Amino acid sequence: MSLSSPTAEAPSSASATDGSPAAAPAPGPPAGLTPMRLAWRRFRRDKAGVAAGSVVLLFFVAGLGAPLFAKLYGKDPYTTYGQNEPGLLNDYGYPIAPNGGISGEYWLGIEPGLGRDVLTQLLYGIRTSLLISLAVVAIVTVLGVVVGVTAGYLGGRTDYLAGRVIDVMLSFPSTLFFIAFTPVVTSLLTSPGEEMSPLLRGSILVMVLSAFGWAGVARLLRGQVLSLRSREFVEAARASGSPPHRIIFHELLPNLWTPILVTASLAVPAYVTTEAALSYLGVGMVEPTPDWGRMLLKGAEVYQTDITYMFVPGISMLIFVVAFNLLGDSIRDALDPKTDR
Amino acid sequence: MLRFLVRRLLGAALILFIVITATFFLFFAVPDDPARLSCGKTCTPDTLAAIRANLGLDQSVPAQYWDYLSGIFVGRDYGEMRCDAPCLGYSFVNSEPVLDTLLDRFPATLSLAFGASVIFLTVGIGVGVVAALNRGGWLDKTTMALSLIGASVTIQFLGVIARYVFVDELRWLPKPEYVPLLDDTPGWAGGLLLPWLTLAVVQAAVYTRLTRSSMVDSLQEDYVRTVRAKGLTPFQVTGKHAWRGAVTPVLTVYGIELGTLLGGAVVTETTFNIPGIGKLAVSSVANSDLPMIMGVVLIAAGAMVLANVVVDALYAVIDPRVRLS
Repeated sequence: MSLSSPTAEAPSSASATDGSPAAAPAPGPPAGLTPMRLAWRRFRRDKAGVAAGSVVLLFFVAGLGAPLFAKLYGKDPYTTYGQNEPGLLNDYGYPIAPNGGISGEYWLGIEPGLGRDVLTQLLYGIRTSLLISLAVVAIVTVLGVVVGVTAGYLGGRTDYLAGRVIDVMLSFPSTLFFIAFTPVVTSLLTSPGEEMSPLLRGSILVMVLSAFGWAGVARLLRGQVLSLRSREFVEAARASGSPPHRIIFHELLPNLWTPILVTASLAVPAYVTTEAALSYLGVGMVEPTPDWGRMLLKGAEVYQTDITYMFVPGISMLIFVVAFNLLGDSIRDALDPKTDR
Repeated sequence: MLRFLVRRLLGAALILFIVITATFFLFFAVPDDPARLSCGKTCTPDTLAAIRANLGLDQSVPAQYWDYLSGIFVGRDYGEMRCDAPCLGYSFVNSEPVLDTLLDRFPATLSLAFGASVIFLTVGIGVGVVAALNRGGWLDKTTMALSLIGASVTIQFLGVIARYVFVDELRWLPKPEYVPLLDDTPGWAGGLLLPWLTLAVVQAAVYTRLTRSSMVDSLQEDYVRTVRAKGLTPFQVTGKHAWRGAVTPVLTVYGIELGTLLGGAVVTETTFNIPGIGKLAVSSVANSDLPMIMGVVLIAAGAMVLANVVVDALYAVIDPRVRLS
């Protein structure tokens, strides 16, 4: 998804960028290429970026295609294989085979206790985490852009009010606030003692994370708009009688794609780890929903006897976050050739 | 300088007031039934009724807000229970004022934040400066790669693996636990060593990257070129001049970080079972203790605001341009 986004954006922003300075006759060759195409060219030449992008793509395919893989592999993340078949778990509930029970049958081993298959748990867990973080990033980005651009563009009292709301929002420590606010949102959406579906739990997580996540994006966008607003091309558009929506969508937004894309791409790994932290702390997803963070919680419980179960979610998450951060850096370099690392 | 400080403190007081108000409305006025959320895991109808009466939920929201606000300055009574000023609420689950529990837990959080800060600031800034001075070299590339990994690893994973390797298998480090500083100083440092190091690995990586990039910028400034041209040694250029320009962004980030840490390093405290503010937040959510949750949020937000004031004051000390503007 991330890899294809630069090309996917190309047609729309190409038409939108015409006339703004970003697309003004570029001094260097090759002439006639849209900025997004140029960025895509620069990105393709960046070996580390392409490698990181491939890893990220692999995680997306693995996570979103989890049901398909599970079918081919012949197992699901809920069946307690270890308890159903004798000879897999010992009397204490730990895998008998070495390294967490890794075998040709169970590629990443068996979960201690319940005896579920680790590989399908991981794939479905990646899916849960990715879906939640992508939803949060989408909501946070749209909200942040709307608030930030409105505040920056209108200025005056609106800007002052939005600025103060953002300040207060950002003065709450985020992780702590997510933990604290979860029961409040939960109480609003459920009646006491009611069993919550995984979908509802996931939605609550998305709401809590989004409720405060937009403020950072809004602050960034507001700053960008404030500096763009006084530039000549915006003043020219205003002087020539362009209506506000035209100024916002045709003059400002094309110049904001870079910061928006860069923050969004760096936000995905950040929310994956935050979601994992919340589930690890017991306020996110719970049994039996497969989840990356919940696997870490289980891993922390059994690590003394079965360290493999901790390594599987931990190492895979580390690889994912490193790759996504590298990808984010490469996206920034490709979109903004002036940055000097 | 004094005027600057007074102005900043007044601003902070205003923000704190807004934070208190926001906390009250988000946690108390938004839920349908705050009494139920304050009633603990095993909630009997009798307790619920008692809490409902004690919280004054039959009054209007502005009246409840006024009670809450005045409680902070003059204290208030919850039925027969007295909560002295500054009263941040009364925990019906623990049967004691929220502030007492918070003060009880704060030393653990402070110890964790203090020790980890010393390590990650020293390592992070030190390595960052060295990397910036060797920009483009192998040392720079290696540290940048390592810091990317460090910044990407999650504390719950790193902490557990480190504990397994260094405590259980190799027995190099003592078992992580919290002992009060005044009871047993070596035990305090020993028990917190692994939590400090774990937190420091993740944090130092952030500061290494930040210090390096701002140092690289600072080394290109005109005033640095001037002192270089004057013939100062590289050590003097860096140690006396360039760092002043580079340290402000580092301080900004540390200000936010310190505020967050004082509000409880939630994951670290949970992983190593340190009875601090962060662990209190998690357990009060699990125990359904709304007044305690609000208290933690208030303390954490207060720490954040105060840390920002301290950082602003430090700015003014380090960079004279801040004072003048």
